[in-house]
Amino acid sequence: MFTIIRDLARQNVEFLSGLLLFAVIVGLIVVSYFSPYGPTDIYLLPPDMPPDSQYWLGTTSRGQDVFWQLATALRNTLYFGIGVAFLSRIISLVVGLVAGYAGGAVDRVLMAINDSVMVIPQFPLLILFYFVLKDSMTWSVLIVVMASLGWSYDARLIRSVAISLKTRPFTTQSVYSGMSMRKILVEEHLPYVLPIVFATTMNNMIWSIGMEITLSVLGFTDIETPTMGMMIYWANAHSALIAGTWWWVAAPVAVIVLLFLALFLLSMSMNEYNDPRSRLNRMGG
Amino acid sequence: MASYPVFLLRRFGQFLLVVFIGISATFFVTHLTPIDPVEESIGSIQQMGQSDPRAVELMRQSLRALYGLEGSIWQQYLHFWGRLATGDLGPSLSAFPTPVSTIILRSLPWTIGLMTVSTLITFILGNIVGALAGYYRKNMALKAVSLIFIAMQPIPYYIFAFVLIILFGYVWPILPINGGYEMNTNLNLSLALILDILKHSILPALSLILVGTGSWLIGMRALVSNIITEDYVVFAELGGVQKRRILRSYIARNAMVPQFTGLAMSLGAIFNGTVITEIVFGYPGIGNLLISAVHAGDYSLVLGLSALSIVGVAAAVFIIDVLSPLIDPRIKVE
Repeated sequence: MFTIIRDLARQNVEFLSGLLLFAVIVGLIVVSYFSPYGPTDIYLLPPDMPPDSQYWLGTTSRGQDVFWQLATALRNTLYFGIGVAFLSRIISLVVGLVAGYAGGAVDRVLMAINDSVMVIPQFPLLILFYFVLKDSMTWSVLIVVMASLGWSYDARLIRSVAISLKTRPFTTQSVYSGMSMRKILVEEHLPYVLPIVFATTMNNMIWSIGMEITLSVLGFTDIETPTMGMMIYWANAHSALIAGTWWWVAAPVAVIVLLFLALFLLSMSMNEYNDPRSRLNRMGG
Repeated sequence: MASYPVFLLRRFGQFLLVVFIGISATFFVTHLTPIDPVEESIGSIQQMGQSDPRAVELMRQSLRALYGLEGSIWQQYLHFWGRLATGDLGPSLSAFPTPVSTIILRSLPWTIGLMTVSTLITFILGNIVGALAGYYRKNMALKAVSLIFIAMQPIPYYIFAFVLIILFGYVWPILPINGGYEMNTNLNLSLALILDILKHSILPALSLILVGTGSWLIGMRALVSNIITEDYVVFAELGGVQKRRILRSYIARNAMVPQFTGLAMSLGAIFNGTVITEIVFGYPGIGNLLISAVHAGDYSLVLGLSALSIVGVAAAVFIIDVLSPLIDPRIKVE
């Protein structure tokens, strides 16, 4: 694993820059644990202060320090993304591997469900959930809902790999030596699909964090927990741009773009690593 | 092609299944809501000054009957399917007694117009640039253009649209940033109205095109760089066939098929993207309608819009899937 990362960092500029950007984000998150203010405290500081040496990124109209709020919000947003990615990876792995290996009726049923989830419009459905749940729409509920919507595309990808693994001699050998299906999937096939899972994790995080930001900005989530979307929501609610407190909007927008660039660069270089043909292209072979 | 009817039938069955699962899910999600739509509307009527208890009770009874909320949830469910089959989505709660279908039909043309045009432009632009960038790998200008599009693509749509509004609405205010047409205009068909509508659609369409082109570009470029290593392309190059011709008839044509399937998916996703675009730009389509229905607690309108988007998406995917074997004989219908 570490050799892979070292090789990638040495040969692949995209991976290296993605890794460095991500290090900045992790740094901010570590810093957030030392925040002198509570995450939901408001009206603690003089409002609307522009960035200076005391308040590095200024203060909001609600009397919060933008820098510390940003660090906490980034932490919550990233944990949200990781939570959704983790849960939905489990679903897509189980569905993909089982459908690919079992084939036949099991495959058809699983893929019919998969395709239905794939085409159901997600955004209206998420709004519908908010509409129904109102105040009980907490972050953990949203993570579960998003995870149950975000697995289908990757399950298809994993299935296609599982189908080809099934025809390899080592699978036949495992079957003859009496391994159970569960054992074959976990011990023999899982290692082959893990690199793909890693690349799709990044894509899934891009998707789920983007959805979180959009839902929050529109006010369709729990609006008390600070996240990246929530910061923009409150800035909009106080018409920060018109009131001239531009730093309140500029800071989260800049960090969001940074986060997405990092995830995107990582996912792109992982994809390339997974596809031997483009690796050859890069080496000029 | 003998098995085409079988394929068609199987695919149609899948279409029905998707619609069934989707609509059932929306029905149960909305009907298990803790909000009572009747009490909500009674509440809003009472706020307007109507408070005679007998009149309110009468209203409650007639509303219950009208909204089809009588009987167990299973009876409501069957009743709901029965009405849906005849295209009746019931009355809207916030604009009572206008039928939901009338309200949706008023907003639908705006959404379909904006989204199909921008999706098609995105598709064509992304594929052309992607094919060129995949074939002429050394060209610096193409590299730069692709890089710009690819870098824009992962930015969350909301942030992107927001930046566009700041740029063209405040920094360099040349385009209208809100609404589908100028307020107080006469909505009779005229050249001035059409120009006005077009002008209002530039910014929302531009945001969709700039964000969406990157993914088509990446896909097409990858497909083309795979195809150029195929034997028949190498033979054509050795045989001295014109480069343009190789790109057009040998490469692009074969790379288009998977891209068309993707087009189906993205036409389906119209209902996903439209909500955010319409909110940010205040565009008078169904996305905006959905959000205001949520805020007004308009139960039947939310349900109607969700049902419509599910049927729309499933139908778009179904149609493209069914057409693709006819376009490309290499696709096996098994």
